[in-house]
Amino acid sequence: MLTGKKAIVFGERDDISGTTVSTCLKAAGAEIVYEATACFV
Amino acid sequence: MVTTPVIKNCSYCLVHVPDLVQYGSKPRREITENSSIRDSITQSLRSYETVLSYPPNQTYIGNLSPDELSKVSRPWFEKETPCSSKGKFGEILDQSSFYGLLKVADVLNPPLFTVDETVLPKLRERLAEHPLLTTFASRLAANSTNVPEPVEQDSMQSSALHICSEGKTFGWFYGDERAEGRGDENLGPYTLLENVCTKATGALALTWLLHREKIDPGKIDFLISCGEEACGDRYQRGGGGMAKAIGEMCGCINASGMDIKNFCAAPASAIVTAAAMVKAGLYKRVAVIGGGSLAKLGMKFQSFLEHKIPILDDCLACTALLISEDDGASPIIHLEPGAVGTVPVGAGFSDEAVFRHYMLAPLEALGLKCSDIDRYAAELHDPEIMEFAGSGDVASKNYRKIAAMAVLAKQLEKSAMNSWIEKIGMPGFAPTQGHIPSAIPYIGHAMEAMGRGEIKRVMFLARASLFLNRCTNLLDGVSFILERNPRH
Repeated sequence: MLTGKKAIVFGERDDISGTTVSTCLKAAGAEIVYEATACFV
Repeated sequence: MVTTPVIKNCSYCLVHVPDLVQYGSKPRREITENSSIRDSITQSLRSYETVLSYPPNQTYIGNLSPDELSKVSRPWFEKETPCSSKGKFGEILDQSSFYGLLKVADVLNPPLFTVDETVLPKLRERLAEHPLLTTFASRLAANSTNVPEPVEQDSMQSSALHICSEGKTFGWFYGDERAEGRGDENLGPYTLLENVCTKATGALALTWLLHREKIDPGKIDFLISCGEEACGDRYQRGGGGMAKAIGEMCGCINASGMDIKNFCAAPASAIVTAAAMVKAGLYKRVAVIGGGSLAKLGMKFQSFLEHKIPILDDCLACTALLISEDDGASPIIHLEPGAVGTVPVGAGFSDEAVFRHYMLAPLEALGLKCSDIDRYAAELHDPEIMEFAGSGDVASKNYRKIAAMAVLAKQLEKSAMNSWIEKIGMPGFAPTQGHIPSAIPYIGHAMEAMGRGEIKRVMFLARASLFLNRCTNLLDGVSFILERNPRH
């Protein structure tokens, strides 16, 4: 579904982490060019 | 004989410091860019009376239970609940009294905190009239005559910070102005104010703990500080020593101590360490102390200004816990093999991996199901502070994850998630003070509920954003299970 697409991923520690989002996007064929997880607490 | 460690007592205090909000990390950086923001902040600060009547604050000090808070409709900041400055677990201290404690906590010569000569008697009076702080009143020293005059007094770049209350100058807070301190960014006024605030609030929490337990400070054997500050100079940034600094201020003359760092999970790590020390027979009474975080004051102030509501992150929060040998009454901490939840380095980065290790694995080790835990205490941040900033209800999000893990473990039907969360969860009620909201605010309430026979077991789940150190991408989690004393 996302083959050939590049993705920038922002996650949150107490919500969905960047790693989790990236795993899903990679499984759909995307290339992750940047990933970060933030802590807002 | 091997003893079972218990949490013997606890204390929880808030300190309302509206005039220190400008020195929180976020406000300070924004004021440096645009000095008019200071006025906007000042106009949005709450009065002490309003802070007292804020329902989450009354919950933190023990006058409301989390279940009672959950019945109070939102927005809470518009509510005026029956309130008191004193609570079952501690108190909400006013700014002037705290400045007195801050002055006592400053032991440097020349002093870091120089107080206006006309104000000093007032600070002494405030401490003297407080039943628990009266011993500190006589220790309020006059200023040294060698105090340098602050330069650029109204600037955030000043060599000293203006310490005021209700528009009146109380004094100035300096960095280490001695030759060995000059030019060391770790010993500048901001960092040292942060450190001395942690010490003073830690001392307040420990004073309350000793009062509630009715023991002499000399009876404490060991102190563990779990605050978020990083004391030390350029050669050992974050070297520590906070535990013994607090112990010294409170007269714990027979105690040694150390600091434990693990971001927000440091209190949970400290409790587990203290319990292990007691179980090993090293010490009989270990006090775990978490002082407040100046850096996190006003962390979400922009959202409050944007929504035209009062700045709600205006309090330093602190706690102290006494871990001791089994007294046959206090709740026990499970330390059997596997009972303490940890997240191994190789666990991976996903939430599922973290929760499997620090939530499901300890239950399995003890032969328990998710439903054998009556209440789960996770990240108990006041949702009202987080939601206006767009971060959502952190406690609620963590309960969704806890329930999802119970479903994944095939111990809960997916359709029953919401009703189970109602049963095992609670609203967040601690200010955004990093380590303080991380599970531990519920310990006092859990002890009360266990004492009344309402609950048997509580799991405390604390998370740590290790990735903030820029040395790893790892998350951490630490958990422990508290259980009603079987002999009670």
